Amino acid sequence: MSKTVEKKSKLSISENGLEKISPKKRLEVLKTYKIYIGGQFPRTESGRYYIATNSKGDQLANVCLSSRKDFRDAVVAARNAFKGWSARAAFNRGQILYRIAELLEGRKAQFLEELIKQDVSKTQAQKEVAVAIDRLIYYAGWCDKYQQIFGTVNPVASSHFNFSVPEPTGVVAAIAPQENALIGLVSTISPIIAGGNTCVILASETKPLCAVSFAEVINSSDVPGGVVNILTGKPSELFSQFASHMDVNAVVYCGNDELIEKEIQQKAAGSVKRVFTYRDVNWLSEKGQSPYYILDLQEIKTTWHPIENIGGAGGGY
Amino acid sequence: MSTGTKKNKKTSSNSNGVPKLKFNSGWEYAPAPESQSHIQLKERYDLFINGKFVKPSSGNYFDTINPATEERIAEIAEANAGDVDKAVSAARNAYERVWKKMPAAERAKYIFRISRMIQERAREFAVIESIDGGKTIRESRDVDVPLAANHFFYYAGWADKLDYAMPGRIPSSLGVAGQIIPWNFPLLMAAWKIAPALATGNTVVLKPAETTPLTALKLAEIIQESGLPEGVVNIVTGFGQTGADIVNHPDVDKIAFTGSTEVGKIIQKAVAGSNKKITLELGGKAANIIFDDAPLDQAVEGVINGIYFNQGHVCCAGSRLFVQESVYNIVLRKLKDRIETLIVGDPLDKNTDIGAINSKTQLDTINRYINIGKKEGADMYQSSCPIPGKGFFCRPTLFTNVAQSNRIAQEEIFGPVLAVQTFRTDEEVIEKANNTPYGLSAGVWTDKGSKIFNLTTKMRAGVVWANTYNKFDPTSPFGGYKESGFGREGGLHGLSGYLKVKTFTSKKGKTLR
Repeated sequence: MSKTVEKKSKLSISENGLEKISPKKRLEVLKTYKIYIGGQFPRTESGRYYIATNSKGDQLANVCLSSRKDFRDAVVAARNAFKGWSARAAFNRGQILYRIAELLEGRKAQFLEELIKQDVSKTQAQKEVAVAIDRLIYYAGWCDKYQQIFGTVNPVASSHFNFSVPEPTGVVAAIAPQENALIGLVSTISPIIAGGNTCVILASETKPLCAVSFAEVINSSDVPGGVVNILTGKPSELFSQFASHMDVNAVVYCGNDELIEKEIQQKAAGSVKRVFTYRDVNWLSEKGQSPYYILDLQEIKTTWHPIENIGGAGGGY
Repeated sequence: MSTGTKKNKKTSSNSNGVPKLKFNSGWEYAPAPESQSHIQLKERYDLFINGKFVKPSSGNYFDTINPATEERIAEIAEANAGDVDKAVSAARNAYERVWKKMPAAERAKYIFRISRMIQERAREFAVIESIDGGKTIRESRDVDVPLAANHFFYYAGWADKLDYAMPGRIPSSLGVAGQIIPWNFPLLMAAWKIAPALATGNTVVLKPAETTPLTALKLAEIIQESGLPEGVVNIVTGFGQTGADIVNHPDVDKIAFTGSTEVGKIIQKAVAGSNKKITLELGGKAANIIFDDAPLDQAVEGVINGIYFNQGHVCCAGSRLFVQESVYNIVLRKLKDRIETLIVGDPLDKNTDIGAINSKTQLDTINRYINIGKKEGADMYQSSCPIPGKGFFCRPTLFTNVAQSNRIAQEEIFGPVLAVQTFRTDEEVIEKANNTPYGLSAGVWTDKGSKIFNLTTKMRAGVVWANTYNKFDPTSPFGGYKESGFGREGGLHGLSGYLKVKTFTSKKGKTLR
């Protein structure tokens, strides 16, 4: 058995002559940068692409130019995933976020390379990758704690037990920061999913490479398909759809364009979406992380139940 | 155990379902009207701006009527854009010069004082609320007015404790809050809006609903008497346009609105791009769910309270009833019997269960929906009770054979109309209950604790009552999911709608988000 295999492989290697090529001369296998919907990596249904370049104009990749249909498909995936993800134990969500960090740590080199390709200096890229990993750990820790910070037991005057807890808002459509493509993306996604929401996020238009690679990290991190959906494309083409889609519960806009912000807010009114604009945030700094980012995308639910009160107020024993 | 089941079967088979419940055994209720002699009302009410009652610049007044008699009670000033501008300037001025500089503990004492003064005049407020809005005196006396006073008392205490409200943050006030309130709980909604705004250091321009302005204007009198600095609270009366003038005023920092989802969407759109902070408390179509193991008599009481409380003019009304199939017949029988006993009539009579519909317009809306329900093929049941010949009244109504897609099961009617549907499994009822654009409240009736927690967790709604319904408290946050709005009113969570919370300082002195 083993003999034949050896024989066969020897034969095939000598046939294609790979052993004669030095690693330096070897033709590199290029990566196809695809989008990430429902745990799959499809190309955009539209068949459109755009070319990602660096500042020198070097062509880095053909990137999917996602369409509104891709967005709608992603919302369907996110909605389907919401029930399961929001019902996961908070502790389990924390472990899964930690797992993303573990895998990102293991693939640091790839992200460094991609950041550098996209004009980030080596030192800065190292910092960005490190902060991104640590940010995931930060939010992993919050998964089972923010409820205790933001929940309350309310001392109502009547004979009822009454408590309020945060619950995820639902499907969040987010436009990631254009700069700091990796840490911006990670800082936007983490509080959304730490809080039990699912999301569709549009990556930085000019620096999309890390986003697609980060989708691969997520895909191998026990994050159920559909919890995070990552599209590449142009915010200018898609933001209005993000705000008007009737099955989206909240919109997060990381950017400074006041006209875009206004139009998002206007269109969001169509289904009373919650809208959050994160303007001028330095995502590399401590400002880029806070449990209040989680709270933004939570609803407070209050539950009442009567307390048996036989024999008047104040049990005497 | 087995004999018990047999017995039950026997009794139920006797009368094709369940024996009729007898509530009134021959006794009649004598009229028990609350006296109106102690209330003080003026013929005409002006706008309350900068601590004084001032005439509207348009010179226009409109009537507020008693919906139970259709008689005019008083005339009310109509504020135009110029009046709103004066009110906003007064509020801005009071904010910059007085209110934001005042020590928080002093601010608190003013709010405590307002609470106490409402308590002192509770009876007067209750009677006026019933006259102006049509709600029963029992309700305005026992629910609206005490809760309004308590709301001020609760938030007063927060004024000097805000640093404890948001861990890791130092909150600050926003400025001028523009607040628009509905006609279903006029004084209580004014309290829900004004109390947290003042406690957090903001000043207020409030617009009451055009059909129910009186208690807000009586509150203005109390505010005047309390010595609250001029301009801290301004009350401008008028119609939708007055509200729009507040929403669109450039010097307003915050909009708080309670009302229909339709108007809420218009407001959300209008403030887009303005940097105004906004909270919306909008409509609802709550599911009230009865499982077969529920204490059925209590559940039926809860359903009655859920939909007929305040004539059904409640955004969180339990307007959809889901009954598990195995107890459907018995629940329906009990429900119909109980509806028969409800007394519809004079709001001021202490025996009255259902008062007057707030306005002619609303009565027309309700009747339109009742016709829609019939046309869509649902079966209507109405109490046979007498209703007064004058005034706006509606008999308690329920529909059976309702399809999920029927408009009476999807749209907010805001009246005493209940849509009854059935279900078999937990999964089914969760799916059906959540299948509306709304998400304000829900009710669950079962004796099984684990089922309660399963259901209360799965309901996509901001307030869930288990084995109870329509309970409110100043410490308890209230507000919706989805198209029922965003932001909370009441409790600790009610503060954040009135606070700037984006920046805070860590212990190291670094500024964090």
